[in-house]
Amino acid sequence: MTSSPVTRTQDGAARTGVEVRMEELSRHYGPVVALDRLDLTLQPGELVALLGPSGCGKTTTLRLLAGLEDADSGRITVGGRDLTHVSAAKRDMGMVFQAYSLFPHMTVRQNVAFGLRLRKVGAAARDKRGLEMLDLVGLSTQADRYPHQLSGGQQQRVALARALAIEPQVLLLDEPLSALDAKVRAQLRDEIRRIQLEVGITTLFVTHDQEEALAIADRVGVMKEGRLEQLAPPTEVYSRPATPFVAEFVGLSNRLSGEVRGGSVIVRGCTLPLVEAATPDGQAVALVRPEAVTLAPHDTPESGPLAGTVIAVTFLGATSRVSVDLGDATVLAQLPTSEAATLPAGSRVTLTIRPDPVLVSADASPAAAGEDE
Amino acid sequence: MAALTSVGETPLDAPAKRPPGMQAGRRRRLNIFRYVVFTVFGAFFLLPLLAMLRFSLEGANLGTWSVTAWKQIASYQGSGIPPLISSIEITLELAVITCAVMLVLLVPTMIWVQLRVRWLARTIEFLCLLPLTIPAIVLVVGLAEIYDRLQRLTLSALMLFWVYVILALPYAYRALAAGLGAIDVKTLSEAARSLGASWFTVMVRVIAPNMRQGILNAVLLTWSLVLGEFTIAYLLLYNNLQVELYSISRNTPNAGVLFATSFAVLLFAFALLLILSYAGRRRGIRG
Amino acid sequence: MAVAATTEAGARPARARRRPSAPAWAGTVPFFAYVAIFLLWPTGIVVVHALKNPNGAWAFSNIGELGNPLVRGYFLGSFKLCLLSSVAGAVLGAVLAYAVASGDPDGSIRRLYVAVSGVLAQFGGVTLAFAFLVLIGPVGLLFHASWYFEFPWGITLIYTYFQIPLMVLVFLPAIDGLKAQWREASENLGSSAWQYWRYVGGPLLAPAFLGAALLLFANALSAFATIEAWENQIAYVVPQQIQTAMSSEVGLSNVNVADLLALGMVIMVAIVMTAYALLQRRAARWLR
Repeated sequence: MTSSPVTRTQDGAARTGVEVRMEELSRHYGPVVALDRLDLTLQPGELVALLGPSGCGKTTTLRLLAGLEDADSGRITVGGRDLTHVSAAKRDMGMVFQAYSLFPHMTVRQNVAFGLRLRKVGAAARDKRGLEMLDLVGLSTQADRYPHQLSGGQQQRVALARALAIEPQVLLLDEPLSALDAKVRAQLRDEIRRIQLEVGITTLFVTHDQEEALAIADRVGVMKEGRLEQLAPPTEVYSRPATPFVAEFVGLSNRLSGEVRGGSVIVRGCTLPLVEAATPDGQAVALVRPEAVTLAPHDTPESGPLAGTVIAVTFLGATSRVSVDLGDATVLAQLPTSEAATLPAGSRVTLTIRPDPVLVSADASPAAAGEDE
Repeated sequence: MAALTSVGETPLDAPAKRPPGMQAGRRRRLNIFRYVVFTVFGAFFLLPLLAMLRFSLEGANLGTWSVTAWKQIASYQGSGIPPLISSIEITLELAVITCAVMLVLLVPTMIWVQLRVRWLARTIEFLCLLPLTIPAIVLVVGLAEIYDRLQRLTLSALMLFWVYVILALPYAYRALAAGLGAIDVKTLSEAARSLGASWFTVMVRVIAPNMRQGILNAVLLTWSLVLGEFTIAYLLLYNNLQVELYSISRNTPNAGVLFATSFAVLLFAFALLLILSYAGRRRGIRG
Repeated sequence: MAVAATTEAGARPARARRRPSAPAWAGTVPFFAYVAIFLLWPTGIVVVHALKNPNGAWAFSNIGELGNPLVRGYFLGSFKLCLLSSVAGAVLGAVLAYAVASGDPDGSIRRLYVAVSGVLAQFGGVTLAFAFLVLIGPVGLLFHASWYFEFPWGITLIYTYFQIPLMVLVFLPAIDGLKAQWREASENLGSSAWQYWRYVGGPLLAPAFLGAALLLFANALSAFATIEAWENQIAYVVPQQIQTAMSSEVGLSNVNVADLLALGMVIMVAIVMTAYALLQRRAARWLR
């Protein structure tokens, strides 16, 4: 929950855009608490990605910000203006939905110009701005087609153009890529980021896909059960997770039992620095990333805490994941495929754990390596 | 009256998602609107029904109450006309036969067409919807001449089922088509075939059981239709329930038994529909 | 039927020697035969007799008889009644449908109203006419509506009673098809409720609405039992006149009146149903 300094674009120029401040936002549906006193501030021009499992409250946060739902308590301030009780239509925000939000009876051109039409912008100005936006998303040639004639990716681009056409103060994206094919997803994701940087608009991006969040955000907010577990730049969320949930939700984690002593944790004979130096001494479970584990083949049947047998190798393309049986625990290691190829199932190996800072969990029950989210 | 219900079109098993959260003000206004609408329309629909009910419970003198009319249903006999109960019987039998014939005719045909003869689907659809364009009143003109030659007077009213199936086609077709459309017939049949099933097995043991909701809908619609049919029976001079009620009304206009019977029929249909609606509720993952 | 397996190019699986089997479409013969006998044949009879003289000669000019003022009167009567009841049914039914659709999709109110609509849409004819007679007729429980036996007012009210539920049944899927995202996107872009309906919701529902209204029209056109029970001494509409023609010798010149009127009805309904089908297709594209 640390906030970051004012964000800058790649070339160092400060961005435009307004500050979005959400204070103590709460929302519940009957007995279910969707948001629990959430505090979140978006710096001008930054893209914050809200990441978390279903039901964690990320979409609720977005919808509250958009004004599509009312918060039970709390305050929303955008660019200094208190919007808590302002209706959605008057909040001046652009929103891109997950799917199906284009008006099917209007052409692309008419869809994009819709917001402008509502604002009584003249036909000529509407047209001009509309085409500008379509150019921005690369679809000016499709201006006179209908949504059902476009692919999913194209439709989302039009949705983006439509949202930006009204020059909103804030851009809201509700899992815009979830309904698309994997390849289109990656392409569009980068495009959205490029456009966002170009326009410099403050953006809130909701997703359950960690790859997306890590790839495009200035800061990532990991949410769980209505609360923000951590809000930090992607690299920090990944390598210095603030809580065990974050460590296990973002990327994979091996859970290895060890002992904390004087600011480090001793895991299977290796001394690893801690993310939180002030962790009290005692038994604990260390969360070790698979890429921090390296394997070396061993011919002689050596024993010891770091000796094991390869169980299986999962081919993932450029890298492979190798699961190793250490007798009392199973460890996942992530290696370049060329290396993993030399370690078929059944081979004896010795582990090395790179001394990256690790997080320890007070939960003293070491299970198998953490699951994919 | 050509009743054009399309229960098969309406999702009795309703759309699975729940309404998204709304702004409080808007939800409030919406709720007020809804309650007003339901009250007004509810009253409008209830009044005639209540009037019927009241009349069916009318005693010998105006303003009194009595269940005589209801008790009379089983034994009522107007002057010189066959007893009410026999026309009820006939209509019920007609309903059963019509439903059975309709199912035997339509279900295998529709499944078969979906599986093996796709190019006929449009034609079948057209033919099934044709009766909507050729209303009963028109059919009866043509039928009269056919039945004439068949010495209709010697035929039992049960012969009406031939025509009733036709009348039921549009509704039954829509209901069955909706049921069929909800399942992936192609994939299921390919899976079954690859496991060694014959076409007959595929139809009877794989597809049909998955169409249960559609079949139920179709049966219900057909049933309602037969119970309410008047035009053809009347013009071909047969005596079914509605014709009988009509004659009673012409001879004894305020016969409480008239309303008692009508009300009973209505309740029956309503109960069936409610049961169907709950029986077809989508089980499984919600919202 | 042998399942051809995919193998390398050129190789073909050995097939069992096939007995000549019936073509697949043979399975549909029972259906076609049934429909041919009980639907197409009677209709054919009507059409043929409508276009023939009583002495058996073809007389296509019979169609001209449909312009006869007397006949026109009946068609006009039908038209008036159908127009009134379908407009009333469409508008009121749409309002009710919207109220039903905007609630919990799985809730009991929705189930109730859908079930009720299913029953009441079929509930016409004899019993409905009597119910209204008892309610607002001469000895009415509620009050006596002096206009009850006036054409078309009393009968329009009765028709509306079953047109509204029919509208609900037919129109509800269309309203369900209005995606929440459209409303939200529209709001987000700055529209008020009125603007949403004017630019988005209204245009999207228009084809479905018109289609449903047409269906109501066709439904009213074909109705016979209800009006016959309401007032059977005077014929106001075509179906009643068909009945008169069937049961009497009085006709117009040499023409088989019943057949001709029936033909006229078919034409009218066919036009309406075609328009309905076209509108449905448009609506389906947007609202599915």
